[in-house]
Amino acid sequence: MSLQVTDLRVYYRTLAGDVQALDGVTFGIADGEIMGLAGESGCGKSTLGNSLIRMEGRMRHVGGTVTLDGVPLPIDDQDEMNHFRFAEVSLIPQYAMSALNPTRKIGKMVGELLATRGVRFRDIREELERRLELVGLARDVLDRYPIELSGGMKQRMVMVLSTLLNPSLLIADEITSALDVSSQRAVAQTLVEFRDRGFVKSMIVVTHDVSILYQISNTLAIMYAGKLAEKAPTDVIMSRPRHPYTRLLISSLPEIGVRFEEQRLTGIPGTPPPLLNPPTGCRFRDRCPIAIARCAEEEPPFVEIEPGHSVACWMAS
Amino acid sequence: MRRYFGRKLLIYAATFFIAATIDWLIPRFMPGDPVQSLVSRTGFGLSPEGSQALVTYYNNLFGLNRPIWEQYFNFWASLLHGDLGRSVYLTGRPVTSVILSAVPYTLALLIPAVLLSWWVGNTIGARAARRKWLDNTVLPVGYVLTATPYMWLAIVLAWVLGFIFNIFPISGGYSYSLEPTLTWKFIGSLFSHWVLPFASLFLVGLGGWAIGMRNMIIYELEADYSRYLEALGAPSRLVRKYAFRNAMLPQITGLALSLGVVVAGALVTEIVFSYPGLGKLLLASIQNQDFFLLQGIFLFIIVGVLVANFIVDIAYVIVDPRVRVAMSGEEA
Amino acid sequence: MTTGAPSAGAQTPDVVQGPQGVPTVPGAVPVGGRPDPRPMSRRGEILYFALRTKKVIIGLAIIAFFVVLAVIGPIIRPGDPDALIGPLGASPSADWWFGTTSFGQDIFAQFVYSLGSTFLVGALGGGLAAIIGMTVGFVAGYRGGWVDEVLNMITNVVLVIPTLALLLVAAAYLSARGVVVEALFIGLTSWPWAARAIRAQTFSLRSREFVSLARMSGVRGMRIVFGEIAPNMSSYLFLTFILLFGGAILIAATLDFIGLGPTTGSSLGLMMYDAVAWSALQLGLWWWFIPPGVAITAIVGALYITNVGLDEVFNPKLRNT
Repeated sequence: MSLQVTDLRVYYRTLAGDVQALDGVTFGIADGEIMGLAGESGCGKSTLGNSLIRMEGRMRHVGGTVTLDGVPLPIDDQDEMNHFRFAEVSLIPQYAMSALNPTRKIGKMVGELLATRGVRFRDIREELERRLELVGLARDVLDRYPIELSGGMKQRMVMVLSTLLNPSLLIADEITSALDVSSQRAVAQTLVEFRDRGFVKSMIVVTHDVSILYQISNTLAIMYAGKLAEKAPTDVIMSRPRHPYTRLLISSLPEIGVRFEEQRLTGIPGTPPPLLNPPTGCRFRDRCPIAIARCAEEEPPFVEIEPGHSVACWMAS
Repeated sequence: MRRYFGRKLLIYAATFFIAATIDWLIPRFMPGDPVQSLVSRTGFGLSPEGSQALVTYYNNLFGLNRPIWEQYFNFWASLLHGDLGRSVYLTGRPVTSVILSAVPYTLALLIPAVLLSWWVGNTIGARAARRKWLDNTVLPVGYVLTATPYMWLAIVLAWVLGFIFNIFPISGGYSYSLEPTLTWKFIGSLFSHWVLPFASLFLVGLGGWAIGMRNMIIYELEADYSRYLEALGAPSRLVRKYAFRNAMLPQITGLALSLGVVVAGALVTEIVFSYPGLGKLLLASIQNQDFFLLQGIFLFIIVGVLVANFIVDIAYVIVDPRVRVAMSGEEA
Repeated sequence: MTTGAPSAGAQTPDVVQGPQGVPTVPGAVPVGGRPDPRPMSRRGEILYFALRTKKVIIGLAIIAFFVVLAVIGPIIRPGDPDALIGPLGASPSADWWFGTTSFGQDIFAQFVYSLGSTFLVGALGGGLAAIIGMTVGFVAGYRGGWVDEVLNMITNVVLVIPTLALLLVAAAYLSARGVVVEALFIGLTSWPWAARAIRAQTFSLRSREFVSLARMSGVRGMRIVFGEIAPNMSSYLFLTFILLFGGAILIAATLDFIGLGPTTGSSLGLMMYDAVAWSALQLGLWWWFIPPGVAITAIVGALYITNVGLDEVFNPKLRNT
């Protein structure tokens, strides 16, 4: 297994108490696998993505382990984690368009960053330029300041930079959220291409937009209220979802060609539970159309119901 | 580039024009007649005819009996010749030469105080942003310093170090018993008289810059580009280096903005120490109602501040690449 | 109208102090992010945090102390503060809490009377500057275009003129000056940085959804400014006013010290002027010049600290609890 996450818990310390944003998540990703991580706002997917590379602000590692290529990742030790960052685990951030230092020429910044990681700029320059060409950026972008680039160009630059050292694991955090549909497609395809060319071994693509994931990911993991609801190969999720939340999610996606008279778009009524003091039992039960009494008392474990397909639901297993 | 500087020069020229005009206008539109009050103060014991003759003389001398537009024109004409009129208080000496003899003292205070307090303040502020223990002292001290009125700190320093401990003298530009000659003794005296006023200006400015820089650094350290670098495992020294450089930019702009305030501070500090710069001259001209001197000092200060602003503008363009890029985009 | 969600990026630090109250970042956008005003917090939440933030408590307490002193002072020591009623140049004692001047005037009486005029000039001067700054800032920020250019020009010109020099030339020619006139001068010259800062914020708010919505429903021009934009910046405006207030007090003290303050009445700067003019320094009459300076430093410092504290309240990100 390339990445193995076991019972990971990451809470946010606040004045009012601990927000249990990520509350016991277990899964694995194989080499070459693109895993999509989807869910609504506040479900913990960004927390999961970020905790694997850098704990920010009030995030606290409360429990669980992470192993990458057999080596445990010291996610709660900022200094130790630096050895892994960029070279083994890398990130394309949500704020990619403002991630470049505005007062530094891009090439210079890249050179300085690489130098601190023990890589000589001229050694890697050729490969860098090759990759720039791959994403459609001219070589002279390295001589420019970020202000001279468009938003899309900056994002592509960040994508190239983040994968430059061929990390084992790449986390792409909501990178299509700010884009129009055709740009989204281009970015999604670039991600796949990076994986196909071996620039990255495995990927976690975090987004709230399931339709993108359908196009590019091998497996899909659906999160709800800090826990994993379901994880399976993409086509399995789309054709045979077992968790009621996943079902509602898939059915709420519009289909091209289907008219309004034929099928109404439905959302999922209600809101996720607060994670400051989460309710007992299954966290989805208040909005679940098929909840039973047991759902309120006991929390369903995340179990494998068929090879590669895990669900956390009493009604599904 | 030309457009950018051209614009700045335009603003400065407009400012100078407006300021000079206001300067010229005020005595003519304020209540009271400056010549009358001048005569009544200086012409003691004159008969009414004598006083009248004096009034006529002065009106002639100052050109106040000419039509307004001609006076305005003459004002600019003589201004461009460097003639700021004659000082009444210093009995006829040209205002220009009076001012020029005081300017070196003021500049000797201002330039080192501004530059040093800016530099040292920024350095302290940057360090404080990183170390909590330093931060806990720098912040309150900085706030107290920046809330202190310039002249009060000057008074306190004069009192403690000059009066109580008698380390430094508290009045004059140099010892009254010395003649200005190029000897070590004289230079030493110049220096010892300079220390306290300089220290006062320096300390007040220091507080403000330290606090400003500290806040800017904290802000830059939380910016997106800093987060990205840290996510990619950059060591904190690289992040700090970028944060420092980026935080300096608004500090340079702030330098220009603070000039007006600092000049005011220098003026009052000089008054406290009877330091023979523009401040002391200013006070004298107010107390003696020497309008020409007053107006001359004002114009001088304006020009000085405008020049300094322009220098800062140039420096900013050199330092911030985005301005250059935006400008070349303008011309393209 | 609800506001949009706060962006994930960093925000402009608000009105940071530089030397003598001139903010170091007035309207200039630091390199890290776009200017992005904070969402409106609920009043209850604000009050809760405000009254628990140490800085706000300390700051307000100090100011309150001086306000109370200004109010009850004239009651404790009634009569003309400039009356010659005490021993000449006496140091502080039980009878004369702050000692007496070289002429035998009660310094404590002068002090408490001066506090009143100090607060008055701060409020009037700061208030006027705030009004002008807001007007210029809102109009320039909202309208844009040539209106913005013209207002920018004006702002730059007023910004560059060393206001003290201008003030003293003008003040020198007015034979009778009161606190109101002084406040007028201060208000007319200290607004540029506030206008710049407000303009920047207005610019960024102008493009937000709720403004577009208001425009679409037919609300026009200045009503949008006052109805939608200003309330969203209310905390920012308040903080700006606090800084203008403090700045006005400092400028007034400086003016008074040169002898260009009000010709009637008493003020803290005037007390210092008298002290220096009558050689209190050389004579060692420290009780004459120490109290006024301490008061100004304390009041202005308290205003600055309150400003920082309130900034933390309004912007939860700055809280480090």
